[in-house]
Amino acid sequence: MITKRIIPCLDIKDGRTVKGTNFISIKDAGDPLELARKYEEEGADELIFLDISATERKTELLTELVERLASELSIPFTVGGGIQSVDAAYTLLRNGADKIAVNSAAVYRPELISELSHAFGAQCIVVAVDAKKELDDWWVYTHGGKKKTDRLLYEWGKEAESLGAGELLFTSMDHDGTKKGFACEALKKLNETVRIPIIASGGAGAKEHFTDVFKETNVDAALAASVFHYQEISVPDLKRFLAQAEVHVRL
Amino acid sequence: MIGIIDYGAGNTKSVMNALDRLNVPYFLSDEVKELRSADKLILPGVGHAKKAMQQLQERQLIPFIQTYEKPFLGVCLGMQLLASFTEEGNTKCLGILEDQVKFFSLDQEKVPKMGWNTIQPSKDVLMKNIPDTAYFYFVHSYYLPSSSYSIAEAEYGIKYTAAVRKKNFWGVQFHPEKSASSGALILQNFINL
Repeated sequence: MITKRIIPCLDIKDGRTVKGTNFISIKDAGDPLELARKYEEEGADELIFLDISATERKTELLTELVERLASELSIPFTVGGGIQSVDAAYTLLRNGADKIAVNSAAVYRPELISELSHAFGAQCIVVAVDAKKELDDWWVYTHGGKKKTDRLLYEWGKEAESLGAGELLFTSMDHDGTKKGFACEALKKLNETVRIPIIASGGAGAKEHFTDVFKETNVDAALAASVFHYQEISVPDLKRFLAQAEVHVRL
Repeated sequence: MIGIIDYGAGNTKSVMNALDRLNVPYFLSDEVKELRSADKLILPGVGHAKKAMQQLQERQLIPFIQTYEKPFLGVCLGMQLLASFTEEGNTKCLGILEDQVKFFSLDQEKVPKMGWNTIQPSKDVLMKNIPDTAYFYFVHSYYLPSSSYSIAEAEYGIKYTAAVRKKNFWGVQFHPEKSASSGALILQNFINL
């Protein structure tokens, strides 16, 4: 049986991690590679790097970082943040990224998903979706949650899948940062809507939240950032906890 | 010296990085003359089977691979290309193996299969010191059915080939270059051949 994946997510700005960490063993808390290495050693199944920088040197710095990450990591990693074209994706993949995540650009130009999928295969295209619940509907937001769109989560997920996405990364904006648990209900429904793997994101605050999301929904992976960076939850502890709760994980 | 067949596959860099981490010398080439000088060859592979076969054809590598006699390792799509045919783009492959690669049409499981899975290895030099508790990273939508050439099986709704061997040709469906220490061990076993 395939295992449920635990994915630490690192926000990158100008080649550095945005929020520091309090890992005592890490000398330079801003160096993504040092943090990534640490997570790999601890048994993280995959890593995601989201670049939020908006400078002219963005592409150059991100490419350099990807090259460094790829030379050292022996687990898969995804890179996202502002990728708008096949060429941009190609540069990152050629330098060793395993998957590319697209978000806003895909919402405004859905053909981007099919272009990427044709060029590189569905398995390396992650469509990231940020959504927020209003009354009974989940609306898709772009630009880091700043812009509301006229798209609904489940329909957009389904469309992304049919265009050739290999995986969906769904972040509930209502849950993100609350540390009160994942958006299990929406994740469950999204999971019933598509057949591609889903990464749950937003709301992780305790180990139990991971058990809940894996037991209550059939998502394939769960992502978190700050709880890992600030050692509120350690990856090995979390995995042992999940294994005890009979969630199948890689130990 | 290991030769890596350079035909534009998506994971070529990752395979090179993995060999760097093992301190193993290698070179990258798409020329028969150069590749012939290697002790062993690796055929990486991420992408579409049809395009991959076209790229091999354009470089006139197909007959060279088909008659290769030294150790050869196909990785992921590189393994599937060893088959006679794949449902991916209904593509004729290298035909080292008689078997055909099929699409995962599963009711219960998601496609692509993406993530870490254990394998059931059998006795083969490539599987040396690999326990059935070791995890490997898989990403694929097509699979090679189990056969007498399977040297490891994985399960995903059905049992299928995780690793294969026919004479000097080995293939692995998972990504050893992305499978942490267990993957490094597989590559080391191939290097030690």
